[in-house]
Amino acid sequence: MHEIDIVTLSRLQFALTALYHFLFVPLTLGLSILLAIMETVYVMTGRTIWRDMVKFWGTLFGINFAMGVATGITMEFQFGTNWAYYSHYVGDVFGVPLAIEGLMAFFLEGTFVGLFFFGWDRMSKRAHMIVTWLVAIGSNLSALWILVANAWMQNPVGTIFNPQTMRMEVSSFFDVLFNPVAQAKFVHTVSAGYVTGAMFMLSIGAYYLLRGRHTEIARRSITVAASFGLASALSVVVLGDESGYTAGQNQKMKIAAIESMWETEAAPAPFTLVGIPDSKAQTTHYAVQIPWALGLVATRSLHLPVEGIKDLVSQAEGRIRNGLVAYRALATLQGKAGATLPHEAEPAMRDLGYALLLKGIRPDIENSTDAEIHQAAMSTIPNVGVLFWGFRFMVGLGFYFIALFALAFYLSSWRRLDRKWFLRAALLSLPLPWVAAELGWIVAEYGRQPWIIDGVLPTFLGVSDVPASNVLLSLAGFVLFYSTLAAVDLYLMIKYVRMGPDAPKPNAILHVPARAD
Amino acid sequence: MELFDYTMLRLIWWALLGILLIAFAIMDGFDFGIAMLQPYVARNDVERRVLLNVIGPVWEGNQVWFILGGGAIFAAWPMLYAVSFSGFYLAMFLILLALIVRPVAIAFRGKVDNERWRRIWDWSFVVSGFVPSLIFGVAFGNLLLGVPFHFDQTLRLTYEGNLFGLLNPFALLCGLISLLMLAMQGGTFLALKSEEPIAGRAVKATSVAAIAYILLFTIAGVWIAHSIKGYVIDAPAISDGPSNPLLKTVTRADGAWLANYASHPWTVLAPALAYIGALGTLVFARKRAALLAFAASSLTIAGTICTAGFSLFPFLMPSSSNPQSSLTVWDASSSPTTLFIMLVAAIIFVPIIIAYTSWVFHVMRGPVTAEQIETGSHNLY
Repeated sequence: MHEIDIVTLSRLQFALTALYHFLFVPLTLGLSILLAIMETVYVMTGRTIWRDMVKFWGTLFGINFAMGVATGITMEFQFGTNWAYYSHYVGDVFGVPLAIEGLMAFFLEGTFVGLFFFGWDRMSKRAHMIVTWLVAIGSNLSALWILVANAWMQNPVGTIFNPQTMRMEVSSFFDVLFNPVAQAKFVHTVSAGYVTGAMFMLSIGAYYLLRGRHTEIARRSITVAASFGLASALSVVVLGDESGYTAGQNQKMKIAAIESMWETEAAPAPFTLVGIPDSKAQTTHYAVQIPWALGLVATRSLHLPVEGIKDLVSQAEGRIRNGLVAYRALATLQGKAGATLPHEAEPAMRDLGYALLLKGIRPDIENSTDAEIHQAAMSTIPNVGVLFWGFRFMVGLGFYFIALFALAFYLSSWRRLDRKWFLRAALLSLPLPWVAAELGWIVAEYGRQPWIIDGVLPTFLGVSDVPASNVLLSLAGFVLFYSTLAAVDLYLMIKYVRMGPDAPKPNAILHVPARAD
Repeated sequence: MELFDYTMLRLIWWALLGILLIAFAIMDGFDFGIAMLQPYVARNDVERRVLLNVIGPVWEGNQVWFILGGGAIFAAWPMLYAVSFSGFYLAMFLILLALIVRPVAIAFRGKVDNERWRRIWDWSFVVSGFVPSLIFGVAFGNLLLGVPFHFDQTLRLTYEGNLFGLLNPFALLCGLISLLMLAMQGGTFLALKSEEPIAGRAVKATSVAAIAYILLFTIAGVWIAHSIKGYVIDAPAISDGPSNPLLKTVTRADGAWLANYASHPWTVLAPALAYIGALGTLVFARKRAALLAFAASSLTIAGTICTAGFSLFPFLMPSSSNPQSSLTVWDASSSPTTLFIMLVAAIIFVPIIIAYTSWVFHVMRGPVTAEQIETGSHNLY
């Protein structure tokens, strides 16, 4: 019970701090590129309204950026503080993309963002434009490396267990780097960021048009946002499909749970549009299905079956038994320097992680009963209801974004941005990209459970052995601290949006009488 | 791969760990130092804004040394990352809170024209300078004393101490040394980047910090020599074996932390540099040679961190409760493949980082004046 508490608390803290961090990341990703695009228009045309736009959206970018940096620090260190065994077990692999992210991306972004704000009068127009592009490139490269790290948790390629050090080690860095999941995730995630940035400009632009304020800047902002947003929204959905395909290859359980598909379907499998998943009865009630669709997305074929949850559970049972062979072989080595695994145990090593699932049930897992092995296999089913609905809302929002940006594109191209109903819809849609992005992470990470590294290490084994009271304290601290900061951030955002582009300089001088020296 | 054997890679990454820490303390150190000195050197709104605009264009880049330090320790010394951050859990949490509030305090302070609002962020800023400076030093002090932790056979870690255990007299002394060192760094940078009366106050603060530093650094040295037991790996220490701390045995011995200075006399350069740097800081700051004072203060930082590193070597984090579990350079690293990949990445990117960071400092050269703040040009905060 004591241990369960630490696991639950640590997971809760990670989920909250990660979801909170990702409130700021997508806007940074999208808005940095949009700022660079607008500044390029300024440099090419020389029209100062475009510079004013960069400065206005730049102020909002700055408020958001500070929050993104502040909350990102937690992420870099939380693996060590709360997931010490995970850090030891996979640091040899997982630490590398994080470190390279710092070297290649965050340094670029962090160093040049200062110049973006402070450098306007200190360098040529062209040089400043390059600085803005470097900030945008830095933040996007940052996403690349973080997603290489995350993709490895979903699809742990290029690594091998070393019994002497009791951890996973890199066998092919090339495979880790060019993990197909990483590429699909990267494009999907940055595109989602671009949609967020575009929606931010579209909604706030619509707000100004509704109020009849700053119409010159608002119209131009909407035009930029509409075309950029449309391209990005299309890319999110197409690349989401690519994610689905890569997940179909290596996370069959996640796909089956998202589809609430209990039985293996004959090829080509249908896609369940809606229905009511029932984990107890292991079925989906009132399912409305589109023939062939899932088979096409998940296998890119008409003849390959998509495996259902029940079949995947019985496969997991087999892998647990196989993993126990590896575990027993490993136990004989412990404490002996230079000892190597017997040859016949090596093929079983790829299932070692499955045997470790039993550690959640009993410590001496080599004595597990059949019932316990079945129980461990059943634990490989993630929360079907959350995945099923989370995925459907996310995809629904994706299609809505395509429609909204297409409409915005049409209206702005034909100079008909005076349609009140459209402007209101655009304003009200402001929070939706954030909802979609958070749902996306919930589907991706909650759907990875019970694994912290898919098939390699169960989540509950990854935690630090710190007192639960400490984690409770830090969790409470984060909730309190982050809530306060969220209120301050929203207050400032709304204040600066209301003031609009001709706001007085933010640093209006306060006339506080100087204390005598 | 044949170019570097495992021993060599580990030594290189031990040196790079030191270089990263030194770069972080030199660069972000002046941001922390300026934050700590704020109540003394800046006495009205304009002066406080001078401070924020001095660090404004560069602190975000400086902070990346810390993030990179975290990533590099994770990749190159995963066990050190796991043991130190989970072991020092609440101390680390305090550092995180300070580092979370700092960007917000800097960026948000000027955004509302209200005295109370600005007071709150000013104090948050000051605290965000003190807390990490103190805790980083306290952590180093505890490394020299040894920390209570052990591993089981699956290398799962159990930490036996708590936050109050960290706050012992010797560690607090190290915390103060760190605080003074970064105050010198902040004071010298501020003297370089501001005008009277701020620069004059910064020089005064720097002088006090330098004298106190020399005093406390000496006390810490005597303390280590006389009453702190060091750790020794029982021979033979295998430098290219697998990274498994349990494959060795360790004993505690009097004076072990000074053994490296006896066997490799050149290492005495580290404490010597710390003293020379602090004296130089004092002399140059008083002569108003601001750039030289900043360089001397940076030298103090390098000397101090190297002193700790040389004393501990080959230990990274000794265990007081189960010395066998101690993390050393020879048994807490990543695999040779990972160390090599990371080395290649560092060789490619660190020179590029240094180049563009220098360019940014060049573009933003020259002092921030009260006049600039009042006319609202060239500044943001």
